[in-house]
Parts: sequence; structure tokens; C-alpha cells
Amino acid sequence: MMDLLTQPVGVAHYLVVGAILFASGVVCMAAKRNALGVLMGIELVLNGANLNFVAFGSSYLAPGGQSTIGLDGQLMAMFVIVLAAAEAAVALAIALCYYNSHASIDVDRANELKG
Amino acid sequence: MADFLIQLLNLGDAWSWTAYVAAALVHCGLLLALMLTAAAAFTWAERKVSARIQDRLGPTRTGGRFGWLQSPADGLKLLCKEDLTPGGADWMLFKLAPYLAFCASFCVFVALPFADGWVAVHVNVAAFFILAVAGLEVLGVILAGYASASKWSLFGAMREAAQVISYEIPLGLCVVVPVMIAGSMDLVAIGNRQAGWFWNWQLLHDPFTFVTFWIFVTCAVAHTNRAPFDLPEAESELVAGFLTEYSGFRWSIFFMAEYGSMFAISGLGAILFLGGWNGPVPIGQWLVQLGPETGWAADGIGYAANLLGMCNFIFKCVAGVLCMMWLRWTLPRLRIDQVMTTCLKYCVPLASAMLLGAMLWTYALPGGVLARILPPSVATTGGEGSSPEATSMLPATGNEPATASPLSRPDEKGGR
Amino acid sequence: MEPINWHSVFFLLFALITCGSAVAVVVSANIVRMAFYLVISLGAVAGLFFLAGAEFLGALQLMVYVGGTMVLLIFGVMLTARGPLVSMQTGGGQWVLATLVGVALLAVLLRTAFSVDAWWHGPETADQVVTAKDTTTPLGLALLGLRVDRPDPQQATAPQGVLSGYLLPFEIISVHLLVVLIGAAYLARAKKRVGKPTGENAAGGGGVSDE
Repeated sequence: MMDLLTQPVGVAHYLVVGAILFASGVVCMAAKRNALGVLMGIELVLNGANLNFVAFGSSYLAPGGQSTIGLDGQLMAMFVIVLAAAEAAVALAIALCYYNSHASIDVDRANELKG
Repeated sequence: MADFLIQLLNLGDAWSWTAYVAAALVHCGLLLALMLTAAAAFTWAERKVSARIQDRLGPTRTGGRFGWLQSPADGLKLLCKEDLTPGGADWMLFKLAPYLAFCASFCVFVALPFADGWVAVHVNVAAFFILAVAGLEVLGVILAGYASASKWSLFGAMREAAQVISYEIPLGLCVVVPVMIAGSMDLVAIGNRQAGWFWNWQLLHDPFTFVTFWIFVTCAVAHTNRAPFDLPEAESELVAGFLTEYSGFRWSIFFMAEYGSMFAISGLGAILFLGGWNGPVPIGQWLVQLGPETGWAADGIGYAANLLGMCNFIFKCVAGVLCMMWLRWTLPRLRIDQVMTTCLKYCVPLASAMLLGAMLWTYALPGGVLARILPPSVATTGGEGSSPEATSMLPATGNEPATASPLSRPDEKGGR
Repeated sequence: MEPINWHSVFFLLFALITCGSAVAVVVSANIVRMAFYLVISLGAVAGLFFLAGAEFLGALQLMVYVGGTMVLLIFGVMLTARGPLVSMQTGGGQWVLATLVGVALLAVLLRTAFSVDAWWHGPETADQVVTAKDTTTPLGLALLGLRVDRPDPQQATAPQGVLSGYLLPFEIISVHLLVVLIGAAYLARAKKRVGKPTGENAAGGGGVSDE
């Protein structure tokens, strides 16, 4: 435990955090009834992935100061952030449309195409 | 500072962390002290300025003829008030919201340089970071409005959020112009670039930057919710907007956040446009030139020059805040649709046009990029100080990227 | 005892805040509190980006993700949160299933993270004081195709004359963002609402029973 405080962190530490974020996001997507809760799960998933990208591209974390993918990591994370914003806007628009026509944001009720 | 403390107290490896914690606390303490003093001073100044504009006197009894002690007296009163939470309120968010706004406002000071090298955290992307963090205050406001469980609060909070995030766009465009001219987002570098006489200030660099400064002023006033853009706090319409349910200490935290961000955004404008810590007259440079080259006296003179620069910077920030107060008590309040119209129909197109103009101005100057890709007969040779700033935006080698243009010289293709 | 590596201390702090808030998002029942915890989590992720040396990306995360996307989400929450709708409970069985899936996924990911030994060691020399490195110029150059982070000169420029910069994807996502936002604004335009939310309309989702 004290090793965490005295030794420099490597890529794997970031991967662990990213994994926890990703898994929480998946559970959130699966277990929330509010459509916006599902959207929050999606944001968590994307952030976990971003953290992985940045970790692989960071020269502070890699042994020898030379990272695996270099600036590609940061650039891909940048694109992911922008695309996540776009996707959140669309998902929110759909959720609002649904709310306006059904007066409920509950995804369990969105079963009109069932059967 | 941490290394100094370690040597002073002769701490071993096991206890050296205390020196770092102490150094960090000193930095935080200084910044907090600045922010709180600024808040106290500005509340007094607001009352005096508003009074004089309205042809009356303001506080004259507490603490002598000028009412100096009015701010501490107000602070004491606020601390002694009853700690209320509305009945249907979400207590956790209600209590946390003011601190969220205050943290966002305080974090701006972390990256704001006060003199050459005198910055708490020297971030390379300081201008961008300050913009990003200043925009986080709106989250505190929205949560405050929601958690108060009152429709007036919610309306005020939603209006403020719409206003602040709309004005972030022209504010960002206005910040891009001086950053582009300086070639770096590092505020220390931008400040140092404006050393010397006042004609070195980026305000006077080209007419587009001059207009951009005034758009920046408008957007800064809107960003901090000061009149004429103070609908969220509209006293005559929404009781007190999102602050309706806040009283006592929590209210004072919100106001410290507001005055803090006024100070910070004036500081950002001062560094980007008005020369930062470099005055109209380069007194600091003269001091350093007149003094000895090396030794402790040189260090002392350098320190004194920096101190002078910091005082200059704080003076500019205070002047900016006083101008905001002057605006508040002179202009009538804008309606929310007028606020959004000003942003989307006036500020954004103007700021974009200024960005385009500044970009073309920089590229078209002698020695700029345009001179390199046009045939030599067309482009004029030789340049003034424009070439350093043009080349600072180019790749570090100063050549065109190999794949960019067919006009690039063949011996540089594919090479760095 | 060795001297404390402050980089690691702050990494631990931000990592705990991130993971704690992420778990709080999952566990919390109130949608507004979920949004608040998500804001905290994303802010701490921005801190992690700063610690990894991606300063521009950290500021971008704060500005776009926290200051933009999350504000959008909170607006959506405010527009759809009405009293009883604010907390909807999921059945116990679904929670068990979701937790199983999450734990299994976490196990797979952690196993991958633990598998490569090289990933566990950071740089040999850890500086106590991190100086201000220029992070934006390399990014800008990478957009144009000049990679300053690759010391190998062969890899530094475009192979076979093909543009290897990121300028084209950048333009594509800019246009994509514009199109998406116009579409979203059109989708979410104000329309007449069907029925009252208090359940007077019997046809189609009228009641607000949320069990």
C-alpha cells in the first residue's frame, strides 16, 4: 500500500481506474430505469475508454519516458470527447421527445414495439 | 519553497512531505487571502461606488468617515444568522452548491500569474484552463437553484446557466485572438511578451485585437452575471433568483465566488490585452538595468521589479472590477431574450470576424507566412517584430510541413 | 521510508474520487444526485488527465465534458424530473443480474491490466516537481502530420506521401458535430405535450406509478 505512495505510477494503475469506470458505466446502463440514468452510464463508459487512451499515450507513465502510442492517445481521446458530446445531445433529444409524447422517462415503459 | 523548508529544518526523507504540504498550504493561503480580501474590499467599494453614482454617500458611520469597517460588520452579521435549509430541499446539494461555485472561482486563481513566474501552478494551457474552470461555476448555480425547491430559484438558475454557457462561446473566441497573436496559451509567456512600453500591449497590436478587447469586456460582464446581464440575480423580478433560499454564510460564499470571478476575469483580460504585470512605463526593466548584474542585490532588485509588476497587475484587476461596478449602476438590465440576442447575433459573429481579421493581419504582415509561400516578387521581405510571432505558430523548424503546399521548397520535403 | 512521490499521491486521490463517484452514480436513486456525482467523477478524470501529462486534454475535458455535456445532461434532468419521477427503483433481480455482468466485465478488464508486467512500472526517474511542458504545440503539429513525440525520423513524417496527420478526422468530426447538433435541436423542439403528467390521460403511459 505504501508502494502506491512512494513508487511512480505506471500505465496499469490508470487501466484499473478505467476498468472500474467502464464496469460502473455498464452496470448503470443495465440497471437504471431513467433514460437519463442510462445516458450517464454511457458517459462513464466513454470516460473509462478515454482514460485508457490517455494512459497509453502518456510519457509520464511509461518506463523510459517513451510511451507506446504517443500523441495518438491524446488525439483519440480528444475525438472521443467531441463525439461523446454529440451523442449525448442526440440521446437527450430522443429522451426529451419520448418524454414529451409519453409523459414518462421510464425506459421500462418504452415497449410499444413489443410483440 | 518546499526545498527551502526541507533544507531549513533538515528534514529526512521520511518527513520531507511535511515541507511540501506546508508549501502548498502557503500558496493556498495566499490565494485565499487575496480572494477573501478582494471580496471584502469589493463589497465596500460596491456600496461606495453605487452611492456616488446615485448622488449619495454610502456607508459613512462604521469605522470612521469612510465606512471602512462596513465589510467586516456585514461579514459578522452574516456569520451570526440562522442556518436555514428549506423544507423540501435536497439538503446535500443545497449545502454543497455554494462550495462548488466557490471552488470553481478559486481554481481560476491557481493558474493565474501575478508577475513573471509568480503563479501557483504554471500550466502550459493556462488560458484554456482558466476558461474551462470559470465555466464550472454554472454547475454550482444550477444545483443551488434546483436544491432550493422553489420555482423562483429554479428559473433564476436556468437563466443563469443559459446565459453563462452561451457567453462562453464568444468569450472563448475573444481569448483565442490574443493567444493566436502570442503563439502560446501560457499566460506567463503572454505577459512577458508585452514587456516594455504600453504600445507593446496586445490591445494595440492591431485594430482587430482592439475591438476584440471590447467584445471580451462584454462577454466577461455577462459571464460573471453582472449588470446589465444580471437577470439571475434580478432583485426586482425573481426575489433573488437562485440565491432566494440562501442566507448567512452560504450567501456570502456565493458572493465571494462572484467577486472572485470578477477579479479573475479582469485579471485574464489584463494579461491577454493590457500587458498583465507590465506597466505602461517599463519601470521594472529600468530598475533591473540600473542595478548590479549578479549577487544578492540583483536578486533583490529582480524581486522588487516583480513586486512592482504584481502591484501593477492587481491595480489593473481592481480597475476592471470598478469598471464593472460602474457599468452595473449606469446601464439598465437586459431582458433574457435581449441577453441571448446580444450573444448569438452580435457577439459571436463579431468575435468570429475579429478572429478572421487578426489571423489575416498576422499572416499578411511582412515576414509572415504569406510572405513565405508567395513568390518573392510579390511578398515584401524583411519584417519587424511580426516574424517572431508568425514563426511561433509554424512548426518548430520554421518550414512548411512537407505535405502542405506544392510551393514548398523541394529540399525541405520529407525532412524536419 | 522513501520520500513520498507526490505524483502518485495525487493519482491515488483523484483515482479514489473518480471510482467512488462512479460507484455512487450507480448506487444512487435520485437522478439529480446521480448527475452531481457524475460531474465529480468527470472532474476527477480531468485531474487524472493532468497527471498523465495531457494538460490540453484535461482542460478540454473540463470545458467540453463537464462544462458542456454535463450541463446539457443536467438541463435534461431538470426538464424531465417531476417529483415522483425523480427516483425510479429497479427490481432486485435486475440489480443482481446487472451486478453479475459488471463484476464479470471488471474481472476480465482487471486481468488484462495485470497481465503485462511492463505496465506496472512507471518511469525510473520520478521528478518531484513537474515543470511546465509545452503540450499544445506537439498536439497541433500532430494534427498537421509532424510527430515530435516519435524520435525515429522515418516514422516522424508521412509514410508513402499519404497525409498522416489528424486534420481530416478533425474536420470530419467538426462537421459531424454541427450536423448532429442541428438534428438534435430539431428533434427536441417544443411540441405539444400529450396529456397531463398526473395521469389523467388513460391512453399510453399516462400514470406516473414508478415501481
